[in-house]
Amino acid sequence: MFRQAPRLLARSMMARSRPFSDVPAQPASDSAFVEAWKKVIPNIDPPQTPLSFMKPRPTTPSSIPSKITVNFVLPYQSELSAKEVDMVIIPATTGQMGVLPGHVATIAELKPGIMSVHEGSEVTKYFVSSGFAFIHANSVADVVAVEAVPVDHIDPSLVQKGLAEFTQKLSSASTDLEKAEAQIGVDVHSALNSALTG
Amino acid sequence: MAMAAALRREGRRFAPLVSSSSSILNNAAAAVRSSLLSEGLGPEGARSISTQVVRNRMKSVKNIQKITKAMKMVAASKLRAIQVRAENSRGLWQPFTALLGDVPSIDVKKNVIVTISSDKGLCGGINSTSVKISKGFYKINSGPDKEIKYVILGEKAKAQMVRDSKKDIEMSITELQKNPLNYTQVSVLADDILKNVEYDALRIVFNKFHSVVSFVPTVSTVLSPAVVERESEAGGKLGDLDSYEVEGGETKAEVLQNLTEFQFSCVMFNAVLENACSEQGARMSAMDSSSRNAGEMLDRLTLTYNRTRQASITTELIEIISGASALTG
Repeated sequence: MFRQAPRLLARSMMARSRPFSDVPAQPASDSAFVEAWKKVIPNIDPPQTPLSFMKPRPTTPSSIPSKITVNFVLPYQSELSAKEVDMVIIPATTGQMGVLPGHVATIAELKPGIMSVHEGSEVTKYFVSSGFAFIHANSVADVVAVEAVPVDHIDPSLVQKGLAEFTQKLSSASTDLEKAEAQIGVDVHSALNSALTG
Repeated sequence: MAMAAALRREGRRFAPLVSSSSSILNNAAAAVRSSLLSEGLGPEGARSISTQVVRNRMKSVKNIQKITKAMKMVAASKLRAIQVRAENSRGLWQPFTALLGDVPSIDVKKNVIVTISSDKGLCGGINSTSVKISKGFYKINSGPDKEIKYVILGEKAKAQMVRDSKKDIEMSITELQKNPLNYTQVSVLADDILKNVEYDALRIVFNKFHSVVSFVPTVSTVLSPAVVERESEAGGKLGDLDSYEVEGGETKAEVLQNLTEFQFSCVMFNAVLENACSEQGARMSAMDSSSRNAGEMLDRLTLTYNRTRQASITTELIEIISGASALTG
């Protein structure tokens, strides 16, 4: 009878725990912070930190894994979360960069361009406005972008119109700020253009 | 003169009693009706206890109950809309924490505490919690040659902080939710803050939304590029940052600066959405308990009203019957 007790307890605990979208099983917290807080303000509970809400990342494996795990996040949704793929090509400011499993740890700044995700034989292409990409040593790639659209959602006529408009604004710009804004517009639209053609 | 008037009143009261016995019942009914109608003077000048006061209170409590129920439903619908966006934005800060770690116990010279609160009230205790935690951080990080400033988002925290920490408030921003929250607005706001405030570490205090009844005060720490550089060289939690290759930009410092600015705007976006969700959830539960209290108060008032009404009827009957028995017996 007593041998069954832990099993029954575990089953009842699992039934009771509700899964929140980003709370891990054991909350990790910065103990130095908690102690410093308790010393100065003993009455109030210390606030939580983001670390306690994140799923812990896998450790660096000794051999190169076969697939790379991609998290592609935008402010409005997580486009891909923990998806295992073969290769990702990201538009870094230094050019298109291909990321394979076992890639060296990198922080890459992104420019407007196409990001493509290769899984087996299928390729999904997104046009990314800009952002950052982190590639960790444990073959996890995080791509954080401000805006991303699948390439087939882009309207060619609007791209042409935008390009013409921003080129004209660039030539007629007077202040540095206007010039910078117009230059950004031109960059993005020409990248969109090449995304559609290339 | 007054006595004559009183006698006349008495006379008026007894006159119908003398007429016939059936009219006694009519008069009793009239007396009851009169106590419901007017302020205590029935027909023929019969006095009765007034229920007007209690009735006024009942009306106002019922109106309050209706208003709080409506507010609860409005908050519920707003919560539904914004909860979806908050949950979608939760993936945004995770890559940054995975890369740069999270060190709230970091010791720096210039701390800036960004407190996020709501503009409107009636949302329970969440704004007070945020303010208490911000003041807690002030106490922890205060010391010789350390400076701490506040940046306040939202009217409610501003009202509470202005009272005792007015000189430490660097910037305050209100009317954040006039237009629906979007990333562009928050990134412009973040840019504004970064331009105008000198910082080594930014601590963003907000209420994270767990469920409709649970809001957890949370603090996110964003470090300035100089501090990140210093910590990664010193080793410790950010030690492996050095092992990362940096692509793009002229120098590592430039990329780090863009990175920390981007991190700040992403973390702010999530924090603002989560706080808005917590605000609506807290308002729902506050309005719910308020309507329940109003309902209980209404029950108690109804009992008082009935008691008062019955007492006045009884008094009328006693007066009538004692008057009649005085005449007959």
